[in-house]
Amino acid sequence: MIFFDKVTKTYFEGSSAAVSDITLGVEPGEFVSIVGHSGAGKTTLLKMLFAEVIPTEGAVFFGSREVGKLSNAELLKLRRNIGTIFQDYRLLSTKNVYENIAFALEVAGRSDEDIAGDVPHVLDLVGLSDKIWSFPHELSGGEQQRVAIARAIVNQPDVLIADEPTGNLDPINTHDIVGILKKINDLGTTILLTTHNKSVVDSIGRRVVTMDQGRIVRDDKDGKYSL
Amino acid sequence: MSLWTTFKRIARYGFVGFVRNGFVSLSAILMMTIMSFMLVNIMISNAAMTATLQDLTNKVDVTVYFRTDATQDQVEQIQKSLQALPEVASIAYMSREQALADFRERHKNDQLTIQALDELGTNPLGASIEVRAKQTSQYEGIAKYLQAQQDSQAGAGAAIDKVNFYQNKTAIDRLTKIIDTSEKNGIAKTVFLAICALLIVLNTIRLAIYTARDEIGVMNLVGAGRWYVRGPFMVAGVLYGIVSSVVVLILLYPILLYHPVLIGLDPTTELLFGSFNSFAYFTGNFLLFFGVLMSTSIALGALSSYLAVRRYLNS
Repeated sequence: MIFFDKVTKTYFEGSSAAVSDITLGVEPGEFVSIVGHSGAGKTTLLKMLFAEVIPTEGAVFFGSREVGKLSNAELLKLRRNIGTIFQDYRLLSTKNVYENIAFALEVAGRSDEDIAGDVPHVLDLVGLSDKIWSFPHELSGGEQQRVAIARAIVNQPDVLIADEPTGNLDPINTHDIVGILKKINDLGTTILLTTHNKSVVDSIGRRVVTMDQGRIVRDDKDGKYSL
Repeated sequence: MSLWTTFKRIARYGFVGFVRNGFVSLSAILMMTIMSFMLVNIMISNAAMTATLQDLTNKVDVTVYFRTDATQDQVEQIQKSLQALPEVASIAYMSREQALADFRERHKNDQLTIQALDELGTNPLGASIEVRAKQTSQYEGIAKYLQAQQDSQAGAGAAIDKVNFYQNKTAIDRLTKIIDTSEKNGIAKTVFLAICALLIVLNTIRLAIYTARDEIGVMNLVGAGRWYVRGPFMVAGVLYGIVSSVVVLILLYPILLYHPVLIGLDPTTELLFGSFNSFAYFTGNFLLFFGVLMSTSIALGALSSYLAVRRYLNS
């Protein structure tokens, strides 16, 4: 489903590569945790999947399509099919919870009626039905991350990318977020997660890819966090 | 998704963003209001200058005085030759009788003068032709032409007693210079202020959108098309323009009526201009002000937003 074919990324000429000669395949429905120290290349690798970063060498495939060769319109379509959540939530601060989630549906061309039905449903899934009209600054970190997850999955994407989603959260909220991600994966969505958190990786108990200095150093089917 | 639905959503987000970013909207509106007042100042100053120069220009002429023994044929000949000149805008003929009647009317309270006139028994005043040129710079040419006629002393030229242009020459030359300089200055001032206003408004809106640059990134990431991201900001830019124009049009009534100095119009200049009244000009040309302010502000708001968002869309 996803295939990184010998990809290398160098941000500045002469600097060392952020990602170096990586080949990695991900099957549909997998839950892959990518672990490694800061600067190991985890985020760069994920950003290549939705073309926010273009590889210097090699190619990234989503299905049978090479991401780097997609037209602008095709790229937008791809991005609507990949949900993304980040450590800093990246919500639209001037829009309330309903509008933040509705925005992802609107850009996908869904009707107002569909949106009015889907948004409360997905908020129920992440346990935030009572915050539907709140603005991001009125929510806690954990709640904001749950809104971000709701926005990421409302279009029922094939893949969910979670880049350090628990980095700013306390253990209780971290546990809740991991629970939600597992639930989403159980419903069939492929998940690529990057994290520093050992307990998160160990509690998931699925495939673990370990990166160091831009290279993959371990790839365990039922792995544990080990650096 | 239909185009109408997209348009509705863009317009709604633009309006909601305008209201929710109240402080940012307020500062953009304030800047555009200042720019609009500058525009009004330029419009009114130019109109005042034009009206005043027109007034002064109308007061300048070349007058040909004929000898008292000039025949009607000679006068008509000069009249026709003047009408044939391309520089001449109009001519006004005054007969000997009319000149005498005007003189008597002017001095009706001056018994001594009237008595002296009566004692003369004949009409001492000659006929005259008042000539107006299309442009002030053309008076000299007309005067020279008449002078040449007089100097030749041939035909109708012999009937000319005096051409009064040279008495007014200094005033006319000065006026011509004033007109030229003020027109050039007017254009330079307009261009300079317009560039300043454009830069100020552009930077204010850029700052407003700078605060939303991360959100633009998120919108890109969620898969929003360029126009879906850019549209609401442009709608907000248009709203800045509409609101600032309405504010300016409303405020102009009391300002022009009581304190034109507030927008840089000096009331003493207005006194000097005499016949020009900025309030009357504004109310008489309200549609012109409405059109110019609305179209300039809306275009500027939308264009500034477009340019500001483009920067973050490209990155």
